Amino acid sequence: MRAWKVGLPLVIFIAAAALSPAGSRAGEQVVQIGWLSQAVKRALPLSYLDQPPQDEGIQGARLGIADNETTGHFTGQSFVLTKTIVPDDGDVTAGLRELAAKGVRLVVTDLAAPKLLSLAGLPEAAGVTFFDAGSEDDRLRGENCRANILHLLPSRAMFADALVQYLVAKRWQDLLLVVGHGEGDREFAGDIRHAALKFQARIVQEKPWTFVPGARRTDTGHFAIQAEVARFTQGISYDVLVVADEGDEFGDYLPYRTFDPRPVTGTQGLVPSAWARPHEQWGATQLQERFLHQAKRWMTDRDYAAWMAVRAIGEAATRSSSADPSAIVSFMRGDRFELAAYKGARLSFRSWDGQLRQPVLLADARSLVSVSPQPGFLHQFSELDTLGIDKPETKCRMG
Amino acid sequence: MPNGLIGRGLAIAVLGAARIAAADTIYVSNEKDNTITVVDGSSLAAVKTIPVGQRPRGILLSKDAKSLYICASDSDHIEVLDLARNAIARTLPSGPDPEYFALDPAGKLLYVANEDSNLVTLIDVERGEVLTEIPVGVEPEGMGISPDGKYLVNTSETTNMAHVIDTAARKVVANILVDSRPRRAEWTADGAQFWVSAEIGGTVSVIDAAKRQVVKRITFSVPGVAAEAIQPVGIAITRDRKLAFIALGPANRVAVIDAQSYEILKYLLVGQRVWSLAFNPDQSRVYTTNGVSNDVSVIDVGSLKVLKSIPVGQAPWGVVSRP
Repeated sequence: MRAWKVGLPLVIFIAAAALSPAGSRAGEQVVQIGWLSQAVKRALPLSYLDQPPQDEGIQGARLGIADNETTGHFTGQSFVLTKTIVPDDGDVTAGLRELAAKGVRLVVTDLAAPKLLSLAGLPEAAGVTFFDAGSEDDRLRGENCRANILHLLPSRAMFADALVQYLVAKRWQDLLLVVGHGEGDREFAGDIRHAALKFQARIVQEKPWTFVPGARRTDTGHFAIQAEVARFTQGISYDVLVVADEGDEFGDYLPYRTFDPRPVTGTQGLVPSAWARPHEQWGATQLQERFLHQAKRWMTDRDYAAWMAVRAIGEAATRSSSADPSAIVSFMRGDRFELAAYKGARLSFRSWDGQLRQPVLLADARSLVSVSPQPGFLHQFSELDTLGIDKPETKCRMG
Repeated sequence: MPNGLIGRGLAIAVLGAARIAAADTIYVSNEKDNTITVVDGSSLAAVKTIPVGQRPRGILLSKDAKSLYICASDSDHIEVLDLARNAIARTLPSGPDPEYFALDPAGKLLYVANEDSNLVTLIDVERGEVLTEIPVGVEPEGMGISPDGKYLVNTSETTNMAHVIDTAARKVVANILVDSRPRRAEWTADGAQFWVSAEIGGTVSVIDAAKRQVVKRITFSVPGVAAEAIQPVGIAITRDRKLAFIALGPANRVAVIDAQSYEILKYLLVGQRVWSLAFNPDQSRVYTTNGVSNDVSVIDVGSLKVLKSIPVGQAPWGVVSRP
């Protein structure tokens, strides 16, 4: 249906486009992309093994620019990234002003939901489209949605749906839900409850995690943790433990220590994610290797989201043969837009909340276990829309 | 006897004859277990498994049909399988991660797509030497050489283009935007067109070779199959350009297309994740590799029916038929 309508106007034919170094190409279109993030100090994860990288997100944007530039050599377009990284206590509004003054109208952000929300309503944001590559917040896609924000990461609701679909497909339907004290933890737990209702799983018990081990690096610290987790999970009949611990404070303590032998899923154990280190299907190896080569570390969800944001802009610029931000955005929101992003599906933006529809990976640290949507979860229009908030239930009113 | 739009009664008669006449041998690369499966074309059963290099994907027959060239992707070279001895005779340098390639009509040059390095590598087969590298788009993949050998079409998966390379000048002379994640580029025997499949876009672009323009974008729709699962990859077009066969990946179907009107005639149910296609020498059959169900389906071109599925190795990828 899409397809041939796309036809001839989009056929770009450039005779004898030779490869020449960037910057030396005359008469070409320049697509300006801004990067706006805040250097938030992140809490150290539980495991000593994975320290949070300092350059998360921005490395994905850089790789996206490099990929766009390769295409741009052939189409006569070039892509420029202008970076603004605001310090922890800095003013993101000033950062936006700086970008806007330079004429940047397409801004990729790695900002917490409240910060992004405050920016989106400012006069300086007039004509700016934000590419949210840092938030999974449901309300930013729901009651707090804004017409000038597109979301690249899956929402928490999409992650919860992806996980619960898999558990239901496995017929592991009785869930023990363990919830941390963070705000995100409570929201993810709410999404798990919603998913359980939607896909007919059962939450047999929901328990808050309150124990503070405090002694993880002391000798014999593991005794206390092991005993506590066994006590915590004793006397409950369930198939799978689902943990909500976004801050990575205790989730890794749960596997292998439960009273009954039960798998751990959620924010630790088997984790739903936009991207995963073990993912190598649908050509993902290529992206993993390009990223490793550039950043000297593995790609994270935020890097992937930033890469997708920049590639989405590149794809829309190529297909619309335009460097004009409004033409790019209107193409991107249209039904002819499709992004290939190494997950075996064509990705596009949902019209009702600006969310990028995409498969969600289910992986642990060493292997990709599955990819949701699971077969059999059907949808009238797109099976990808079985993940997250669908059109009939959205609270987003862009007005 | 080229197939196709001959009457059904005749087709069935031909089918009977073809079964006896077809004494071809089919070679299948198995990506996961690092082997080549040899299938006897008359009994349609696997007769031998040959261990080769790591992650064999694209395979091609030499012009004299005495050797099989194999892209051993994870070994970072091309292997030459001596088909008389069924043993690797030598290896050719290829650049990193060779996935797919094309042989020039004289049989002397191999053009290899190096997925990792955005290059097409040109190899002198006899001397076993790299002649040159041609920069192309991100993740070069499909390779199709024109029947006269003058042009090579390379597709790049992330740049979403078909690059036309002048083989004499050894440089890119045209770039044609197609749909997402283009995979294969297949020329028609008359050299008038090349067809490019777009795996994620879900389409096949028919490109006029002289004008270098898309003249038709073919879309697919299979009742009961999610649109996302329709991912065209392998292309096989009959020499008379009457029929085209398109492998639709996880849709587990091969689409049969009238290559003149571009009308879809039929969807044939084959194995899971159908990937590459190859004709037998007289084009009375199409063989498909089915990457998930680990088998090869045999399509009868006359009746447009699937005759048989043949179990092969793990994750079959490439297929060729040797007379």
